Amino acid sequence: MSSSLLSSLVAALMLVNLVALGTSRIRTVVRAVAIQGVLLGLLVVAAHGGLSYRVLALAGASVVLKGGVIPAILFRALRQVAVKREVEPSIGLLPSLLLGAFATALAVAAGNQLPLAETRLAPLLVPASLATVTIGFILLTTRRKAISQVLGYLVLENGIFVFGLLLVEATPFLVEAGVLLDLFVGIFVLSIIIHHINREFASLDTRRLSLLKEEPLEQ
Amino acid sequence: MPPLPILLPLAMAVVVFLTPSKRWRPRLVAAAAAAHLAATLATVGAPAPAGVGGWLRLDAPGRLLLLVVSVLFASCAVYSMGYLRYRVERANRRFCACMLAALGTMSVVSYAQHLGLLWVGIEATTLVTAPLIYFNRTARSIEATWKYLVISSVGIALALLGSFFVGYAALLGGGEASLLFTDLLAGADGLSRPWLRAGFTLLLVGYGTKMGLVPMHTWKPDAYGEAPGVVGAVLSGGLTSCAFFALLRLTQIAAAAGEGAFANGLLVAIGLASMAIAGALMLGQRDLKRMLAYSSVEHMGILAIAGGLGASATFPALLHLVNNAFGKGVLFLCVGNVHRAFGGKTTGEVRGAMRRLPFSGTLFLLGIFAITGSPPFGPFVSELLILSSAFAAGRWLVGGLFLVFLFVAFAGMGATSLAALQGRPSPGARNSTYRDSFTTFAPALVLLALVLVFGLHLPGPLRALLEAAASALGAGR
Repeated sequence: MSSSLLSSLVAALMLVNLVALGTSRIRTVVRAVAIQGVLLGLLVVAAHGGLSYRVLALAGASVVLKGGVIPAILFRALRQVAVKREVEPSIGLLPSLLLGAFATALAVAAGNQLPLAETRLAPLLVPASLATVTIGFILLTTRRKAISQVLGYLVLENGIFVFGLLLVEATPFLVEAGVLLDLFVGIFVLSIIIHHINREFASLDTRRLSLLKEEPLEQ
Repeated sequence: MPPLPILLPLAMAVVVFLTPSKRWRPRLVAAAAAAHLAATLATVGAPAPAGVGGWLRLDAPGRLLLLVVSVLFASCAVYSMGYLRYRVERANRRFCACMLAALGTMSVVSYAQHLGLLWVGIEATTLVTAPLIYFNRTARSIEATWKYLVISSVGIALALLGSFFVGYAALLGGGEASLLFTDLLAGADGLSRPWLRAGFTLLLVGYGTKMGLVPMHTWKPDAYGEAPGVVGAVLSGGLTSCAFFALLRLTQIAAAAGEGAFANGLLVAIGLASMAIAGALMLGQRDLKRMLAYSSVEHMGILAIAGGLGASATFPALLHLVNNAFGKGVLFLCVGNVHRAFGGKTTGEVRGAMRRLPFSGTLFLLGIFAITGSPPFGPFVSELLILSSAFAAGRWLVGGLFLVFLFVAFAGMGATSLAALQGRPSPGARNSTYRDSFTTFAPALVLLALVLVFGLHLPGPLRALLEAAASALGAGR
């Protein structure tokens, strides 16, 4: 029963990835990332059975930080910055989606090729992690709005977190807490920068961040 | 209880942030830096390793890094006193707090004996130095900070995944997936090779991004170009050293597991590519700070090559780490003064720097000689040792290309620097009242003196430390 719960959570995670890739509204992407945070918290509990203090604390931190606080910061940044509601992808939403589906398939194939330590968690978590990381990377590199890039980075971090679940015994709470804390601080700093970018440039389009190009050689 | 070199700067960062007086914050930063240096010298001199359990322990390589970081930072802290006095219109609360936080997090990196803690330290250095780049609050510095944060954060995220892959490789090897260096080295034979290769590659990409290796270097010219000179010194001397240090530890693990050839191949390839591209982009470069950024990319390439040449090249690699850190410190501190004096940093705006700023100009010129590998300075010795390691290993092509790229860099940097230094001072120089003072000149002089001494005759204690660090890192390679 726990195994089918695990499979369902992993499937939901991969589905939310594709939603994040395919939607044209930024607020939906933020919500997708928030849902991923909650799914990750549930995944921690499902993967590690017993509800020990550590497992609960980690799951709770994931749900609260990734599912609540960070999306709240991002929604606030969206409000302050008066951004247009649409994402601005550089390769179109349907191609993004196809690329994401392809990446998911590749991740599953890679998961089958690589040696795995055991057969309960790893066959599910490894492909899920690789797919989420790749999709986060796609979001990061094919979106022009600064906030979309932040969201891509969050998805990337989620994928890495999933992989980390395989190693919870080896990476005691200290490092996981450090990872989550860095994530939080990083997002905070990024939001401040977005705020300042908007003040300076009155838009969040990173194509406009092109003042610093190499000047052509003269003489 | 974390060790003093970590606790002191972080605690003082909070104190400085809460200090209401603008005049006192830079002094507190300098005082904390001096205390850190004293604690570092005491710790490095003491024979027994100190630290908390297995996660934080100062082994020989860690001592070297801590010493380099501490000396460099102390110089920058003294310089900051003069610099901030000159830029009294800017709020310096965040600047001072972030500088101290950077020192604390770099100290964490030197103490870290756990792959995950190492990662946390390097990620933390990225986050606390971002506000420093943004100090000038111009549109260009926002762009530079944004690029720095995004690219560095992605790199660091990939490095985390790589660390996890290494942990998983250990898990597959039987036993617990401990990420402590001692455990990884001891169980190296059992590490799963596919996971280790994937992990090492990701770690090379991730920490290579922090170092500024090609092709992850694109944030460097912008960040170093728009940040104040003193921040450039901390970044190019301190942060890059920490990232290379992490890479050396990883390479040792890879070699112990039998993947040394794979790791070395990647390092040499990426190192040569970095030297090549940096050299190309230095030719005709008109912005002084961007030129220094490309020089930093080039020297990271040199370090990568040295790291990839096997155990015999570890000593030269570490020596070059020291020389590069201090040499870059000299250059960035002086270029900061030039920027103040001329109100600009391109060769269009800066001419005749030697006449306008005899002290800083001379130091800058000597620094350029040092960093491009002229005798009798330190980098000449370390680069020569790296070259002879290459030839001794029969890597004629690598050694040959190394020489060619060094020459290209010399030509590029020389041309740009002389254009800025020679001649009559440009009109912009008259608008500014900046004059070299003790605090903005002496730190760079001390660093240059050190670089000179290292080239003439490496002091005994330092040589011993370098050798101990090299043998610790080279064990099993």
